[in-house]
Amino acid sequence: MPKLIKNEAIIDDQWTLLEEVDSVENVSENTIVPLAFWLENKDSLPANTGVWFASNEEPETISDVVNDLPLIAIHFPKFADGRGYSIARLLRERYGYQGEIRAFGDVLQDQLFYMKRCGFDAFVIRADRDMEKALQSLNDFSVVYQTGGDARPPVFRVR
Amino acid sequence: MYKYDEYDHKIVQERVAQFRDQTNRYFAGELADEEYLALRLQNGLYVQRLAPMLRIAVPYGMMSSTQVRKLADLTRKYDKGYAHFTTRQNVQFNWPKIEDVPAILEELASVEMHAIQTSGNCIRNTTTDQYAGAIADEVIDPRPYCEIIRQWSTFHPEFAFLPRKFKIAVNSVPDQDRAAIMVHDIGIQIVVNDQNEVGYKVYAGGGLGRTPMVGSLIREFLPEKDLLTYLEAILRVYNRYGRRDNKYKARIKILVKAMTPQVFAEKVEAEWEHIRKSGSELTDTEINRVKQYFTAPDYATLSDTPTELAARLQDNKAFKNWYERNTATHKQSGYRVVTLTMKQIGTPPGDVSDKQLETIADLADDYSFGEVRVTHHQNVVLADVRQDQLFDLWQRAYTAGFATPVLNLLTDVICCPGGDYCSLANAKSIPVAEQIQSRFDDLDYVYDLGELELNISGCMNACGHHHVGHIGILGVDKKGEEFYQVSLGGSSGKLGGGSNAAIGKILGPSFARDEMADVIEKLISVFVENRTEEELFIDTYRRIGMNPFKERVYAQAH
Repeated sequence: MPKLIKNEAIIDDQWTLLEEVDSVENVSENTIVPLAFWLENKDSLPANTGVWFASNEEPETISDVVNDLPLIAIHFPKFADGRGYSIARLLRERYGYQGEIRAFGDVLQDQLFYMKRCGFDAFVIRADRDMEKALQSLNDFSVVYQTGGDARPPVFRVR
Repeated sequence: MYKYDEYDHKIVQERVAQFRDQTNRYFAGELADEEYLALRLQNGLYVQRLAPMLRIAVPYGMMSSTQVRKLADLTRKYDKGYAHFTTRQNVQFNWPKIEDVPAILEELASVEMHAIQTSGNCIRNTTTDQYAGAIADEVIDPRPYCEIIRQWSTFHPEFAFLPRKFKIAVNSVPDQDRAAIMVHDIGIQIVVNDQNEVGYKVYAGGGLGRTPMVGSLIREFLPEKDLLTYLEAILRVYNRYGRRDNKYKARIKILVKAMTPQVFAEKVEAEWEHIRKSGSELTDTEINRVKQYFTAPDYATLSDTPTELAARLQDNKAFKNWYERNTATHKQSGYRVVTLTMKQIGTPPGDVSDKQLETIADLADDYSFGEVRVTHHQNVVLADVRQDQLFDLWQRAYTAGFATPVLNLLTDVICCPGGDYCSLANAKSIPVAEQIQSRFDDLDYVYDLGELELNISGCMNACGHHHVGHIGILGVDKKGEEFYQVSLGGSSGKLGGGSNAAIGKILGPSFARDEMADVIEKLISVFVENRTEEELFIDTYRRIGMNPFKERVYAQAH
């Protein structure tokens, strides 16, 4: 079974992500489907269906129903595309999303600290990279200067 | 000056460890070139035409003499014994080895310095007025706000991978703008409202580069404590909606223009309403904590123009020239603000040797409470010099070559490193600066011309700010040959006749390099013939327009 980092540990990935899907019949339990497909078919999908966001999709579209979702994945088409960070913060802070937010796509060790601070708690590391090493980078810094999606207070409120 | 506490030290040390690991992984083949590129750029490390280049952060341009001495030491140990002051108030090393950079960072950390976010698509060094804290006409000292922004922007998790680089500048003087805030991604003007509350006028969407633009006012008055939440709102709107398909169209100025400033401002306000009461809202405690690092030094009680100064001014013309041109009024009686000009002919603007760095540190210790500032004009400021010590300082600065009395004059050229060092450049810029400085070596003449900004960039990236030079020169490439395009009428705002910020207009077809001094001479002659008494070049240009200049320069070519 493929692995991922979740809550700072390497575990088996219980979910299957469908990049494309054309029919509700093809969606089984523990499947992650594209946002547009989920919005169109949400009433006929299995209860345990997650969605994934492309980096240009807007969390506003599901603001009232986010907490119906067990999992939201955010795609990083390139590690340099930083839109996913804002999406995660909005989901966590503005819409109060409590479930798993996972990063997938071009997800590399050196982004994990930032991603975690934006509210991601699960990371599908690019297949050619060392997951153990990536795990260490979740804690590259022990002090933070600013508010994020991870509920840590900025250091100026601690000093 | 700001002093690190345990938290600041920890962050910078953890950065050194992180970057050492990243560099090791790169050399071990575990990080691809383009991945290491994004990471090293966020740490100021470029790979340039001739060698790597390391850009070291100088937050809002301030350094202690200890830090300056450390830089001198590092240039000897890891470079070729010189460094370069940049237009973002930073310092660059031109010849470090990549594998030495972690060690350089470790040494920098020992004197509370770093290279964090001096490049890359993230929030860059916040810049401000180099006279901050020392002048009477500022609303309030801007440096604590710059430091607050520095900390907030350091490793901001949401904004480390923006569409493009992002630059913030802060100004606090109503009638002068030495920080060029109107040509920044965000410009902050500190103001006081009619209830006597401190706040900010916020501009967004200014910038140079390929599509130069003057910023738009997006908020008339932002309360003091809302600084970070409002910046966060702007950055979030930009991060989500800024273009990423074309790097030249990825700047916030393109987004502001496409949305219109009004719609952009509405989006920001809507975003801000959600977060203004978040954990990023500033507290009085924090503002006061940071302010206490920027209190006045231990000034002596002195009167203005002491007799020894008056006498020296009377019998030494060279000293008097320098006093009038390179020193400025101080808020404290008996003191002056001194600019050391790094513009000797034959040295690229901003270049400084290890020995010169040590001399600067010595001068700062002996005359200015051990503190220096780098200016966006690539000069150095000693902000708190006793008037009765000015003559001594001048003699030593003169010997060191820092006393050319040309501040804000034609030969105080802003110039990027250009094709001599930079792999992005289309043309050399340093020889053009040198050619013009040599042609205009008659100080009395240059003096008589009054304030005149000549800015030179070796390419469209505009590191030499050519768009906002009263005269701007841009190196262009035509079929593999270097040519130079001239623009007139640019201004970074409020410098020279209190003029507003403007982007220069192109004069006409470009010139070969060896024609440049002649071209500038012709432009100057049109100005001299048309100026009214005491009128500055920029004001004459605005009064008579482009045509007289154009006719003179191109007349003999036909």
